[in-house]
Amino acid sequence: MTSMLNPLKKTELVGFLVVAAVILLILPAITDAFRLNMVGKYLTYAFVAVGLVLCWGSAGILSLGQGIFFGLGGYCMAMFLKLESSTPEATSIQSTPGIPDFMDWNQITELPWFWEPFHSLTFTMLAVILVPAILAFVIGFAMFTRRVGGVYFAIITQAIAAILTILIIGQQGYTGGVNGITDLRSLLGWDIRTDSAKTILYFVNAVLLLAVIALSLLVRHSKLGRILVALRDKEDRVRFSGYDVAAFKIFVFCFAAAISGIGGAMFTLQVGFMSPTFVGIVPSIEMVIFCAVGGRYSLIGAVYGTLLVNWGKTTFSESFPELWLFAMGALFIAVVMAFPNGLAGIWNSHVQPLVKRLSKRTGERQAAPAETPAAIAE
Amino acid sequence: MFADYSWSELGSIFAMQGFAGLVLFSVFVLMALGLAIIFGQMGVINMAHGEFMILGAYVTYLTSNFFQAAAPALMPISFFIAMVLAFFASGALGMLVEMALIRFLYKRPLDTLLATWGLSLILQQTYRTIFGAREVGVTLPDWMMGSLPLTDLVEIPINGLIVMAITLAITMAVALVMFRSRFGAQIRAVVQNRPMAGAVGIDTEKVDRFTFGLGCGIAGVAGSAFTMIGSTGPSSGQLYIVDTFLVVVFGGATSLIGTVASAFTISQAQSTMEFFLSGSMAKVLTLLTVVAILMLRPQGLFTLKVRR
Repeated sequence: MTSMLNPLKKTELVGFLVVAAVILLILPAITDAFRLNMVGKYLTYAFVAVGLVLCWGSAGILSLGQGIFFGLGGYCMAMFLKLESSTPEATSIQSTPGIPDFMDWNQITELPWFWEPFHSLTFTMLAVILVPAILAFVIGFAMFTRRVGGVYFAIITQAIAAILTILIIGQQGYTGGVNGITDLRSLLGWDIRTDSAKTILYFVNAVLLLAVIALSLLVRHSKLGRILVALRDKEDRVRFSGYDVAAFKIFVFCFAAAISGIGGAMFTLQVGFMSPTFVGIVPSIEMVIFCAVGGRYSLIGAVYGTLLVNWGKTTFSESFPELWLFAMGALFIAVVMAFPNGLAGIWNSHVQPLVKRLSKRTGERQAAPAETPAAIAE
Repeated sequence: MFADYSWSELGSIFAMQGFAGLVLFSVFVLMALGLAIIFGQMGVINMAHGEFMILGAYVTYLTSNFFQAAAPALMPISFFIAMVLAFFASGALGMLVEMALIRFLYKRPLDTLLATWGLSLILQQTYRTIFGAREVGVTLPDWMMGSLPLTDLVEIPINGLIVMAITLAITMAVALVMFRSRFGAQIRAVVQNRPMAGAVGIDTEKVDRFTFGLGCGIAGVAGSAFTMIGSTGPSSGQLYIVDTFLVVVFGGATSLIGTVASAFTISQAQSTMEFFLSGSMAKVLTLLTVVAILMLRPQGLFTLKVRR
């Protein structure tokens, strides 16, 4: 386990370049526009999985409510897009033109106050990151300063995911209810439904994901990242060494929430709608399994884990729908019982030694351990 | 929100909603008791708890169908036979799961959570394959139907009363087992100090297995009681799991009295508010209050000092 926490910088760089090549070159080359859009959708979940690697793998905080932040980011973006497509001209058949269609159906005649700021794209882009981060801060501050962790934290985040779903479904007039916010057409006049727009969005999403991974790698290799690992393994010892444990936990939880929000916003842009089915308990816990399959300590693995599980889900549910839940359940159990380090663990313990033996460059194996990059968050 | 009702109407509303709350309270207590034993005493998060409950419900359904077809004369007592069968079916499955899965994960509680979630998915799909996706209802014996009129405005459904009686009986039985029997003493000894309990000759692994089985068995009884007030579908269990966990955590995970008290508070708050607000808002408000209180007082209502 410890060998995975301080990997050689070179192998991690190679891993990063490989994943960049896979999502920027290989996947676009071998898939058609429809499948590429689907891969793009999967990759938005990878944002959440990367956040979970930091939060759960590095710092030992398991949140079962990452869907909350994914959903909030997605809803912020959806509100902006919905307002743009609900111009008075486009909605002239409604009894109140100029408000989103589902509000009109629910006898609401005025745009609610919290929708108003979403006329501005700048505000929306800030909100995509800040709304999840602020909620995460409130939750994290309340929990971590009182030293609540482990399973209690997991249960409470899960409860919050449940609450948010019920709230969104219940407040149909303000949120679009169980259907969510649908029929999103354009971003600043640019039609997002065409194939070319979807391809461009795929690449925007891929670059953002790579940037997020790079940022997370920096966090992990900074002093901050090492303290996170330390507090996962021996929290009291870190506390007695004079570190404010709660502050570090709050930071990493907010960071994970913020990048999940970006993922949610990119999801809305690529898929064209947002609904409460991406917020609740089931999606939140599925996102944990994406991360666990990839390897809970591996940022790069999270991407492969997400792609693999979602690819499996799509293939299975297309051809054997009744087997899918069995496969998913078995996957949960297998990854916990047999492969706690996921794909990355299998790679590190089986494939990599094999590659090394084949290439027979044993002399280079003792390359210098990772240098700490400039501590960014101090 | 009270202005539209007269005083006597308000009184009846509170009485009726209070009674509905008591029935909800009974179901919560039955579900939470099993969970409190497993989570509070063993520290294991069993996300498949709802599915153990549904197993109990399906056993009740099968038993009731069997008696209807084979021995209609025994119908009036079929329900109680079903309940015993449900206890043993869920308990046996629970012990099997403990042996195959849980005992390898005691040191990794978060991983148990994921593994039991996987188990719950498998069980759900199994139910769907065997019983179909449609919800099934159990035919109750005649004497359990109907309601007792108390005043013009207040009526008490009989099945609600029976659920409450069952809850009372089970709670007493659990309290007896936990605090008056040798097995209960062993469970509490293992919780308080595992190495020491082992040192004085308690087979801690066996105690773990039976504790888990007991918790799952009680879930089965809860499912059996649940068939009296609702129909059963493959994914019904999942609807209750979050509420139940909150009940247990809110009550203070290691305290059985706390579990009962918090089930009472949550169910009464929810059903009283349900009349005045929409059902979803009542639930949101209740859950939010519970989460807010838990953020201020993470150890829950009642706590027990435990040496870990």
